[in-house]
Amino acid sequence: MEIIKIGMADLGVAHSPDRLRTTGLGSCVGVVLYDQVKRIAGMAHVMLPESSLGKGNETNIGKYADTAIPQLIKEMVAVGASAYNLTAKLAGGAQMFSFLGGNDTMRIGPRNVDACKAILEQNHIKIVAEDTGGNCGRTIEMDAETGILQIRTVNQGVKEV
Amino acid sequence: MVSIDKFGDFQIDVLREVGNIGAGHAATALSKLIQKEIDMKVPQVKIITFDEIADAVGGAEELVVAIFLRVEGECPGNMFFIVDLGSARNLLKQLIGMEESQEEMLSELEISALHEIGNILAGSYLSSLSDFTKLNLQPSVPALAIDMAGAILSYGLIELCRAGDYVLTIDTAFLGGEQDVNGHFFLIPDPDFFEKLFVALGVPLNGDY
Repeated sequence: MEIIKIGMADLGVAHSPDRLRTTGLGSCVGVVLYDQVKRIAGMAHVMLPESSLGKGNETNIGKYADTAIPQLIKEMVAVGASAYNLTAKLAGGAQMFSFLGGNDTMRIGPRNVDACKAILEQNHIKIVAEDTGGNCGRTIEMDAETGILQIRTVNQGVKEV
Repeated sequence: MVSIDKFGDFQIDVLREVGNIGAGHAATALSKLIQKEIDMKVPQVKIITFDEIADAVGGAEELVVAIFLRVEGECPGNMFFIVDLGSARNLLKQLIGMEESQEEMLSELEISALHEIGNILAGSYLSSLSDFTKLNLQPSVPALAIDMAGAILSYGLIELCRAGDYVLTIDTAFLGGEQDVNGHFFLIPDPDFFEKLFVALGVPLNGDY
């Protein structure tokens, strides 16, 4: 069993029994897709809601919800997953510093979550679990064998969805 | 716009000096607060990928106490004052003789005191920078979080990750006299920060002097 690390603005795919892991999600959202039949999992660490927010030449499609999720689906299908079998789990999108709530940039967590949900809906992917919002950081680990997503926070320990 | 990957040694030296002046004043303020000597390390100016942002404080999952200020004005950016939990407790003990609460996390009173310490230190960093450059800098009300370093520091990347995949950080580490308080001042400038700063200081915008 291998644990594949997904960095910020990064995405990746794992086959059973491997796992996917991303650490320190704050306002970023961890999007996890899973094909239960083929036991193929995908994970993206999304930083911003839309690629239209980018300035200049964009090279990193893993950064934005609207480019990362379609790319993740494509990569999973390319290694044998069925697009119509995919289900999604979401974690992250916190507001680490809540007092700054009025500012649009500072509300980025909830905006990221909304954008991910909209893109998933466009792609007809059902969200089966989510642990989003709040004001705490999260580390997540997805088991491609079982489809279970482990979510670790500082205050609440580890939970599984 | 000024591009961070076109900076030569001269621009990096100027930014290191920004860290030196800002963190130097903040370290002096801290030293006065706890009446102990503070050793400040040479500021590190680094151009790194997003993932490396938390490496300097022990990795993305390291539990840290962070005070965050958003800086608006002519040199916009994000400022973090970061200490580990043990250092935070030692600071409180030395500063106000607070007995450690037995709780695993900090009490409301301890958090409030840390908030004020962070406010003073980050304020002295920024006001010395403002004096030095004659530029207008307005810090936001500071916010405090105790959480994973990656989750906290990534907040400072939101604005600048729109412009590219690399980030420039000015990181100054410090160590308390008896080595029981150590932490970092992080300044993460927005892309617009550099041009105003370099023009104000008469530094060319890229290449070597």
